[in-house]
Amino acid sequence: MIVRILGEGQYDVSDDAVDRLNDFDGAVEAALDAGNEPAFRDALDALLDGVRTMGVARAADTLDASDLILPHAEASMDEVREMLADDGLIPG
Amino acid sequence: MMKRMSLIFKAKANKVLDAAEDPRETLDYSYQKQLELLTKVKRGVADVATSRKRLELQLGKLEQDAGKLQGQAEKALQMDREDLAREALTRKSGLTAQMTDLQTQHAALQAEEEKLVLAQQRLQAKVESFRTRKETIKATYSAAEAQTRIGEAVSGISEEMGDIGMAMQRAEDKTAQMQARAGAIDELIASGALDDATLGGQDDISRELAALSSQSDVESELARLKGLGAPAAPGELGAGQAGGSVLSEQPQNEGELPR
Repeated sequence: MIVRILGEGQYDVSDDAVDRLNDFDGAVEAALDAGNEPAFRDALDALLDGVRTMGVARAADTLDASDLILPHAEASMDEVREMLADDGLIPG
Repeated sequence: MMKRMSLIFKAKANKVLDAAEDPRETLDYSYQKQLELLTKVKRGVADVATSRKRLELQLGKLEQDAGKLQGQAEKALQMDREDLAREALTRKSGLTAQMTDLQTQHAALQAEEEKLVLAQQRLQAKVESFRTRKETIKATYSAAEAQTRIGEAVSGISEEMGDIGMAMQRAEDKTAQMQARAGAIDELIASGALDDATLGGQDDISRELAALSSQSDVESELARLKGLGAPAAPGELGAGQAGGSVLSEQPQNEGELPR
């Protein structure tokens, strides 16, 4: 699967690895719902680190859309909520 | 969360695709937008670099001022004026706090600049690859056949453009914050709140030190004169009598009083 970390670029991640990433993603989602900023920060760090270590960075000149998109490393809970809202932060 | 976010990006890309009647027009339209964004990112990199350089100038100035205060403190201690030395060091520690703050901002700007440079490189590579793909698609396929391939190329790059658009926004926000801080420090410097103590020898510590050293010049001159006093007295008195100066008359008066 192709995973993009916003602000960093795309990674190729194996399906097995994506399964493990889903656990981290669940933790991010739970922290978001609970409004727990420290837990959100830890979970997001773990998720992004997982992508960086388990994935392989894609060449810059590829033009494929990603299967999964993740917030940038310093994103706050508010930013992520806004991105997830329909008319959120995403330009275009 | 990661699935929801990618769906939102896809929806945005699809809007671009749906806008054109002939999907091949989408290619040119998107390419145009890519070039515009590339120009914007380059300008963004230059803006952040300008702000970073401004901070460096300010840091250099504050460092110079702190060095000067350090020198004043040392000089004051040599003259046994601990109070003045304390004042100079207090001001220096105020500057040091400002400098630490600026250094943090500087590191943040530098990181932002590096991210934008990388983003620019990624976009550049993708735009070039898109241009090649675009020409191939236009040369090879009819409008109907081209649709899927155009969809792939455009959604891939519009995702990148969305990402870079947000990164630009973050960099602009950070730069604006830095500029506000840098402006505030420039104002402080201009109003004299910072440089009063440190610039051009016109500040109060410098004035006191200058007064002290002219005072001590007077003392050492006096001491020298006193040391020379005995042997020089007759000649001086003689000259004094001729000139009728205050100094030459005083010994005469003192000489007369005891009588």
